[in-house]
Amino acid sequence: MKSYGNGTEYNGKGKNRRKSTILFLAAAVVILGAVTVSGIFLEGTATETDFSRTNLAPGAGGLFGTDWMGRDMFARTLAGLSLSIRIGIVTAAVSAVIALLAGTAAATLGRKADAVISWCIDLVMGIPHILLVMLISIACGRGFAGVVAGVALSHWPSLARVIRGEVIQLRQAPYILVAEKLGASKLQNVRRHMLPHLLPQFLTGLILLFPHAILHEASVTFLGFGLSSEQPAIGVILSESMQYLTTGRWWLALFPGLALVLAVVLFALLGERLRQLMDPSSVHE
Amino acid sequence: MKLEAKEVTFYYRGRKKKPVLENFSISIESGERVGLRAPSGRGKTTLCRLLAGYERPQEGKILLDGRPISEYKGVCPVQMVWQHPETVVDPLLRLRDTFAEAGEIDPLLTEKLHIEKGWMDRFPAELSGGELQRFCLARALHPATRFLLCDEISAMLDLVTQAQIWALLLDEARRRKLGLLIVSHNRALMEQVCTRIVELPWNN
Amino acid sequence: METILEIEHMSVFFTQYERGIRRRILPVIRDLTLSVGAGQIVAVVGASGSGKSLLAHGILGILPYNSHVEGTIRYAGELLTPERSAELRGREIALIPQGVNYLDPLMKIGPQLTKGSREEKVHRRTRRALERYGLGRETAEMYPFELSGGMARRVLIASAVTGTPRLIIADEPTPGLDAKAAERILGHFRELADEGAGILFITHDLELALTVADQVAVFYAGETIEAAPAEDFSDVSRLRHPFTKALWHAMPEHGFNPISGAQPYPDEKAHGCPFAGQCSECMSDCRETDRIPLREFRGGMVRCLYPGEETVL
Repeated sequence: MKSYGNGTEYNGKGKNRRKSTILFLAAAVVILGAVTVSGIFLEGTATETDFSRTNLAPGAGGLFGTDWMGRDMFARTLAGLSLSIRIGIVTAAVSAVIALLAGTAAATLGRKADAVISWCIDLVMGIPHILLVMLISIACGRGFAGVVAGVALSHWPSLARVIRGEVIQLRQAPYILVAEKLGASKLQNVRRHMLPHLLPQFLTGLILLFPHAILHEASVTFLGFGLSSEQPAIGVILSESMQYLTTGRWWLALFPGLALVLAVVLFALLGERLRQLMDPSSVHE
Repeated sequence: MKLEAKEVTFYYRGRKKKPVLENFSISIESGERVGLRAPSGRGKTTLCRLLAGYERPQEGKILLDGRPISEYKGVCPVQMVWQHPETVVDPLLRLRDTFAEAGEIDPLLTEKLHIEKGWMDRFPAELSGGELQRFCLARALHPATRFLLCDEISAMLDLVTQAQIWALLLDEARRRKLGLLIVSHNRALMEQVCTRIVELPWNN
Repeated sequence: METILEIEHMSVFFTQYERGIRRRILPVIRDLTLSVGAGQIVAVVGASGSGKSLLAHGILGILPYNSHVEGTIRYAGELLTPERSAELRGREIALIPQGVNYLDPLMKIGPQLTKGSREEKVHRRTRRALERYGLGRETAEMYPFELSGGMARRVLIASAVTGTPRLIIADEPTPGLDAKAAERILGHFRELADEGAGILFITHDLELALTVADQVAVFYAGETIEAAPAEDFSDVSRLRHPFTKALWHAMPEHGFNPISGAQPYPDEKAHGCPFAGQCSECMSDCRETDRIPLREFRGGMVRCLYPGEETVL
């Protein structure tokens, strides 16, 4: 008689990916939060001039050096980054709400509404982002309001498209049809079935809007169509430092630029990791 | 009670020339168990969807006791049990919540369907088709249900589960005088469970 | 007879996260042993959720990312590594998938079958394959959503046999087909087997499996509990495992008698025979003996401490 032994038990080697993801998310949120808050407090320091300490390289003149008016570049960078993040949050939130409304309307208000909204989506997507942001910003009188309006009104189409598709699919989902037949009202269905499906898409979409919003704000400001030059915005800092780069003051552009890139990367990673955590196709990774 | 389709014609958008059903009539009385047989692709599922009110026919009427099925509000007396149970439960809800949606379900029924308590805390993806189908059946056997449309409900199940489900369903149907429409490819099964068998016309 | 596929002690585990960061490992297939010879049709029969589809995906190396496979799979005598199966699948190993959503919804049927080839030979072969399953020329011009369930299934089968596969893995190819179409397809399986291909026919439908299979392996809760020649099913007393007997008695033509209870979950069965909860012959040591081995018994294989006992129904 032959008998077969049994395979050994697999006991789950390898790291617990979910734990590390959550740790990363917490760390990213704390860092970005700290930058935002400290930037608000440093706004005063960032505009303080001290002509006894101009053009100092990093080390002698603080962590990031000082500029031609003796302003501390570390404070300026933090304040600028903080402003960028705040603008990013406002514009991303506004964009996401527009996307939610437009997407849902396209999916639920019938064929004609869908055609009109889809046409608008294509239209906005067809124009290069930076151009659109500049045009809207100029039309709204530049400054803070101009930038916010410009970025907020140009970033919603891709998320709107995702939400439209999702809602169309959900409306036809057999489990929602069955719930209706079992006497569930429209409102109950929206709350119980639609929202939980839309929320992950919406949240990740929202967070992935941040890096775009921040970058576009900075570039429009850099080009001179955005925030006014008194404000310590990253775009302003970078465009001013351009004239001093050739004289060897590399620190004026390097640190603020690097900080901007880091913040953007952090936001992008945050969104990506969040998507991994919430997307059913990778939830057990 | 009587559920009937009267001279129903149905086609999908843009396919008017090739209707799925054309001028088709059928009627089911309470207590009857009507088997429906046809080759694949002849609109059996579509007929079930029409009778349950998920679709509206372009021509003809679906009547329950003389009233159009779309006029019934609240829990519909005609319930359909789908071929693929995994499509009719919300993948993000625990089964307890999906179940709660159908209101109070007789605990005796869940016991007879061998639905175990532990399953309630699970998500649909963690249960097999056979287990989900038991849930769907318990949900469709709502106290208000008078007619049950069974669209290949056991085609994906193993023989033991199939026999379990049908034994219970026949028992319930007899006790509550339900009208049943049974779609299946299995001739032996049909002969075991149906009181009469209808063939769909071969229009192609 | 040449052995085409040989599976020894295959186990498949899944890593899953519960609420929060708690993680668990689910064994979904345990210690599976199976072999398919050239010209043979081996049916794998089991309840839904017993891990049948995972077996197919395991052989093809297309299991989801959170799984882990142990044991050995040999194809034509050589170890089947994921790289090798990636190379062979679609050529020598063909899958007939379970769901109709395995078709690309945005591509017409024709191009999906020819895989974009422009050779006249390939086109001709595709047309022939479609015809063979009663699908006309117009089918090639249709999109998947225009097909009925049965037609889509025939398209899937046609796509698997357009090449010259040596191993065909058919994962539930028949639900949604009328009896005639199912018979025709099984007839084609027989033809393909006679031409020398090995066929692994995964199904829940024992009756249908018996009409065509040479060997039947019965699955329960991720384990093979019995492997028997198909002719043993003509007489219930020749069957070995109590679950196989229960299946036999549950056939509509054999009385339609159900047994109570349901298959346990991968994480539920702590120890003992997984069938203990539903078994009418269950003894006290069945609940205590861990990992009952699969052993030879009366010309087949069985995983039971007291095989072949009379079932009282």
